[in-house]
Amino acid sequence: MSTPNGNGRVITMGQAIKEALAEELRRDPTVYVMGEDVAEAGTAFKVLKGLVDEFGPERVIDSPISEPGITGLGVGAAMTGMRPVVDIMFGDFSTLIMDQMVNQAAKIHYMSGGKLKVPMVLRTTMGATRRSAAQHSQSLHAWFSHVPGIKVVIPSTPYDAKGLLKSAIRDENPVVFFEDKMMYQLKGEVPEEEYIIPLGVADVKREGTDVTIVATSSMVQVSLAAADKLAEIGISAEIVDPRCTFPLDKDTLINSAKKTSRVIVVDEGYERYGVTAELASVIADGAFYYLDAPVKRMGAMDVPIPFSPVLEDLTVPTPDTVFEMAKALCGAN
Amino acid sequence: MAKAKSSKPAGKGAGKPAGKPAGKEDVEDLLQMYEQMVRIREFEDKVNELYTSAKMPGLAHLYIGEEAIAVGVCEALNSDDYITSTHRGHGHCIAKGAAVDIMFAELLGKAAGYCGGKGGSMHIADQANGNLGANAIVGGSAGIAAGAAFSAKRLGTGQVAVCFFGEGALGQGLLYETMNMAQLWKLPVIFVCENNMYNEYTHYNETAAGTLAGRAEAFGIHTEEIDGQDIRVVNEAAKRLVERARKGEGPSFLICNTYRYHGHHVGDIDRAYYRPKEEELEWQQRDPITILADWIIGQKLSDQSVLDHIQADVRSEVARGAEFALNAPYPDPSEVDTNVYA
Repeated sequence: MSTPNGNGRVITMGQAIKEALAEELRRDPTVYVMGEDVAEAGTAFKVLKGLVDEFGPERVIDSPISEPGITGLGVGAAMTGMRPVVDIMFGDFSTLIMDQMVNQAAKIHYMSGGKLKVPMVLRTTMGATRRSAAQHSQSLHAWFSHVPGIKVVIPSTPYDAKGLLKSAIRDENPVVFFEDKMMYQLKGEVPEEEYIIPLGVADVKREGTDVTIVATSSMVQVSLAAADKLAEIGISAEIVDPRCTFPLDKDTLINSAKKTSRVIVVDEGYERYGVTAELASVIADGAFYYLDAPVKRMGAMDVPIPFSPVLEDLTVPTPDTVFEMAKALCGAN
Repeated sequence: MAKAKSSKPAGKGAGKPAGKPAGKEDVEDLLQMYEQMVRIREFEDKVNELYTSAKMPGLAHLYIGEEAIAVGVCEALNSDDYITSTHRGHGHCIAKGAAVDIMFAELLGKAAGYCGGKGGSMHIADQANGNLGANAIVGGSAGIAAGAAFSAKRLGTGQVAVCFFGEGALGQGLLYETMNMAQLWKLPVIFVCENNMYNEYTHYNETAAGTLAGRAEAFGIHTEEIDGQDIRVVNEAAKRLVERARKGEGPSFLICNTYRYHGHHVGDIDRAYYRPKEEELEWQQRDPITILADWIIGQKLSDQSVLDHIQADVRSEVARGAEFALNAPYPDPSEVDTNVYA
């Protein structure tokens, strides 16, 4: 586990993200942040509040409500010496920027035979249960994970978010960084001293022996809660967080599967053709002879996210549903 | 030169450069522009030949007829100024300094090509000459050009960026989002609209409401509409707009009225259903290379033998370039998954 032994400093995920941006803005004058209401408002989620005070409106830039425009501008700026961090308020708005990300950012390095590169970060959000309904609640990281040329980061703790965002900004490729908007207030230990976490290295969030739960983003927290309950009935769950869907640390996933022989993959994207399918396939391939049961998948229900709380809560995995799945997989009563 | 028929876009603001006597430097500039236009014409004729003789994979969108725009604009730029180009981009590449042999190699998918054969006709990038790449998404490079201008402004380099696009791109929302930001932030970007009148196979009268100029004027962007067949007009306008941009006066919109002699692509041969043959012939009477040649001869700045010599040299260079590319090796299969990530 890479969680810091730390000095006891506890901050929120939102603060960790802001710290990462501030440190990189300070370190590298070519870094800038652009998005809707990122400056004085500090984003709709107030995550960047105060950032403009230190770096000014030339580097923390409020944009028009023009997602394709600011993404395209970021691609061009990245190609010509800047390191843009483009803020797309809701991941649902990915629909608006797909040409710039998929046909432009992802392909420019390859199409140019390696001559041009696009070192930009696109920060956006994911996650349901905020009562925001169908157009502000989706987790669409699978879409970007599908496209060669893009890296996708999906952190689950303040510590990971900070270290991974700093790596993403320093990366030479387009990186999409998904923040679960329900986790901005999540607290965790983050050291004062600078650190980075390389992209593509999974982290074992809890060690166990009976079942592996591969979980991403907020599903890590859900799975940790499920693991507590499983422990009460004598099932030892190992929680593995890939931290990036690409580059994907296949070895850590496969090795955990080999150790426990039972695997559940939990991710908040749609289950159909989703991240869980890819991870399950990787594990099934890599650990086939070690598995005692088929790899199980748990994702968002394949419906538009409903508004009504009683309906919305049914659409995403919870500690209870993960607990039940693990219990069944382990043949416990 | 014959006057184009009524379907020609209104030539508002299509002023001629002042008829000042040309100095030695001007003559060299004019001959350089002549040579570059001839280079594009000869290159594209050869591309058509390679395609029709089944030696070229895929398709190509020929720039023939529009040469004065790419050359007139790029001759007003420094080599480190940026351009973004389109699916009809060979002319922009050559005008910005690309070599024809390496371009042919790219069109044929050969390892020696500008992109190692990975880009092809619609994706040639030549970063050494400031060419950030052709783009096969109509209007898709507007943001990239503005982003390059943003970099130039932030880094204080004094560079400008030119975004070439056809009038078909006027249907794309990204262009207007980008124009808005470019004007808000006074970015040194010049939006050059090559109005060849046809969005693929459809006349722009059927696709564009209002006026073309009015689109940029709504953002308060300095706009000029000119005769895109007269390279002296294009070059003078481009120099003005580049100077504005370098001085920090912000973006501009340059509408160049022109004509695509060939079809949308090399395979678009039967065109009568969307445009009359007479229209094609009338526009060919206003050929940009002939217009410049007539001016040079008429003003006694040079003589026909000099122009003939340029043409012969370029034709031979193009023939050698195509031959080089035809004989060049394909990429090694191991290249298929390199350059996916930097």
